Amino acid sequence: MNIQADYNFAYLDEQTKRMIRRAILKAIAIPGYQVPFSSREMPMPYGWGTGGVQVTASIIGPDDVLKVIDQGADDTTNAVSIRAFFAKVARVKTTTHTSEATIIQTRHRIPEEQLRDGQILVYQVPIPEPLRFLEPRETETRKMHALEEYGLMHVKLYEDIATHGHIATTYAYPVKVEGRYVMDPSPTPKFDNPKMHMSEALQLFGAGREKRIYAIPPYTNVVSLDFDDHPFEVQKFDKPCAICAAEGVYLDEVILDDQGSRMFVCSDTDNCESRQAAGHRGELSGMEAAQ
Amino acid sequence: MYVAVKGGETAINNAHKLLADRRRGDRDIDALSLAQIKEQLALAVDRVMAEGSLYDRDLAALSIKQSRGDMIEAIFLLRAYRTTLPRFGYSQPINTGEMKIERRISATYKDLPGGQMLGPTFDYTHRLLDPDLAQDEATDEPVTRKPDVGRTQRVSEILANEGLIEDDGKNGHGAEEPGDITRTPTEFPMSRDERLQSLSRGDEGFLLSLAYSTQRGYARSHPFVGEIRIGEVDVEIEVPELGVSVLIGRVQVTECQMVNQFQGSAKVPPQFTRGYGLVFGQLERKAMAMSLCDRALRARELGEDIVAPAQDEEFVIAHSDNVQATGFVEHLKLPHYVDFQAELGIVRQMRREYAETNDAVSSMIKEAAE
Repeated sequence: MNIQADYNFAYLDEQTKRMIRRAILKAIAIPGYQVPFSSREMPMPYGWGTGGVQVTASIIGPDDVLKVIDQGADDTTNAVSIRAFFAKVARVKTTTHTSEATIIQTRHRIPEEQLRDGQILVYQVPIPEPLRFLEPRETETRKMHALEEYGLMHVKLYEDIATHGHIATTYAYPVKVEGRYVMDPSPTPKFDNPKMHMSEALQLFGAGREKRIYAIPPYTNVVSLDFDDHPFEVQKFDKPCAICAAEGVYLDEVILDDQGSRMFVCSDTDNCESRQAAGHRGELSGMEAAQ
Repeated sequence: MYVAVKGGETAINNAHKLLADRRRGDRDIDALSLAQIKEQLALAVDRVMAEGSLYDRDLAALSIKQSRGDMIEAIFLLRAYRTTLPRFGYSQPINTGEMKIERRISATYKDLPGGQMLGPTFDYTHRLLDPDLAQDEATDEPVTRKPDVGRTQRVSEILANEGLIEDDGKNGHGAEEPGDITRTPTEFPMSRDERLQSLSRGDEGFLLSLAYSTQRGYARSHPFVGEIRIGEVDVEIEVPELGVSVLIGRVQVTECQMVNQFQGSAKVPPQFTRGYGLVFGQLERKAMAMSLCDRALRARELGEDIVAPAQDEEFVIAHSDNVQATGFVEHLKLPHYVDFQAELGIVRQMRREYAETNDAVSSMIKEAAE
């Protein structure tokens, strides 16, 4: 039995990459619009980043430097797995430093460090349709986008305010792109929404299972939906990072013992490590070394 | 004690090593050969080929071995391989009328041209465990006869001769080339050829349950098995340079034509309609379920009321692919702590506000009482 085990550069065949690049170009031309593409099966399961992986595979070249994060961290298992995948099938250089990367594939976070011109941020998207949980039918939601009929979304946010006194959506918080399409920023915490606005970097969104690609070109208006009397706000943390003392960054809560004591540390591991290297110390920064 | 969540790479490598160890199991027991899987677990191989959408028994056997017998994992392995293959073209439509038949039954006629051929079926076995199979007992040679040559008339043709059943139908695109769900993104409503492709690779269990629901009154369609046939068909491709079709091989398929009652409408007289099922290999249950689902999904086309899940194209097609379904359900295992952190924050805030409101109300009640 002769089993062929050769794979093309970056796994996908060139025809498929071309098809995906055409979808990406269309997505860039119509910011925030979900472009259908004929998504391929990938060697990792749907829901584990197949959309992002296909986008990355289609745009990556031998000279690119790839960074992969999951939950803001370079060392979470799925980030490790996807980075290893591209190191193997594309033999590209990988990095954990945001500034060194030309392509950053991410799940659920935008790096704290400001992205610059020429970098590409590739998001893994589970449900690309921001209206999906208000209207389950694709035929309906496409019509709503076409007619710019976003009343339902505003009613949902208004109902939040009527019930809770504030908008209760904390992640996958809907945005309006360049004054036209309402878009799902993928399940990033709303803390990251302002980073999408006028970003120097190109932002590409890939949803493999749902077969959609969308994009935010550099320097595009991205506005989080809100009301005049209930303006959009991001999460605030009471304390700085316990390890690097960073403020104004997104923090993860880490349970320290079974008594319920906890610490808050940077979600962005690269940012935290760079700050520690620069000499920043938080109130619990000695703990790790002491253990 | 704060333990940093580091070392993902080592953990993954070690997990893979352990997986390989568990896959192999006790080293004192002979390893399964692909030939054994192919020959003795042939129906598992067929299911993996059908839902993996790739007709290759060797690779299907390999994926069953690699997945430790987890069928959906095996289907996934085969799909992920299939997707990397270049596409040279489309075959000519296979002609199931010319099938080299191993099994062929009809429930609508007692006897019919070509006869009823039971073939290798579980249908009339008593489901009693057979202790002899625990050992490698000798198996008798089967009784065979010379195969019929030429074509065996389809049951649908018998009905069509009387004008009692609808036509075969046209290609939904009106073009020579069929739709291709692996090359064009899904859009609803789908054409029937694309829908049939989706059903053909859809999860057997999911389609079986939906088909069952139509029998229990959720979009009842009064079905009869017009015909089920299993056997080998020729696969031919047209070579433009030669201007002729060239035989490139044979595949085994199972075809089911369900015959369903139809009351007729303003445009169409009462007649029988069809539900169609076609899958790789010997997969009778799947082909039957597929044909019931196909018929239910034609509700819009036939002007029937859409009242049940099995008739709802978006619901059925969007959820029938087990590779997609398993991926998305199982992705919940991945870390979600960034979003959970956001949710923790808002639940705490809402609890605080709730407590404040309650305090304010109770102090108001207290003041009013005083």
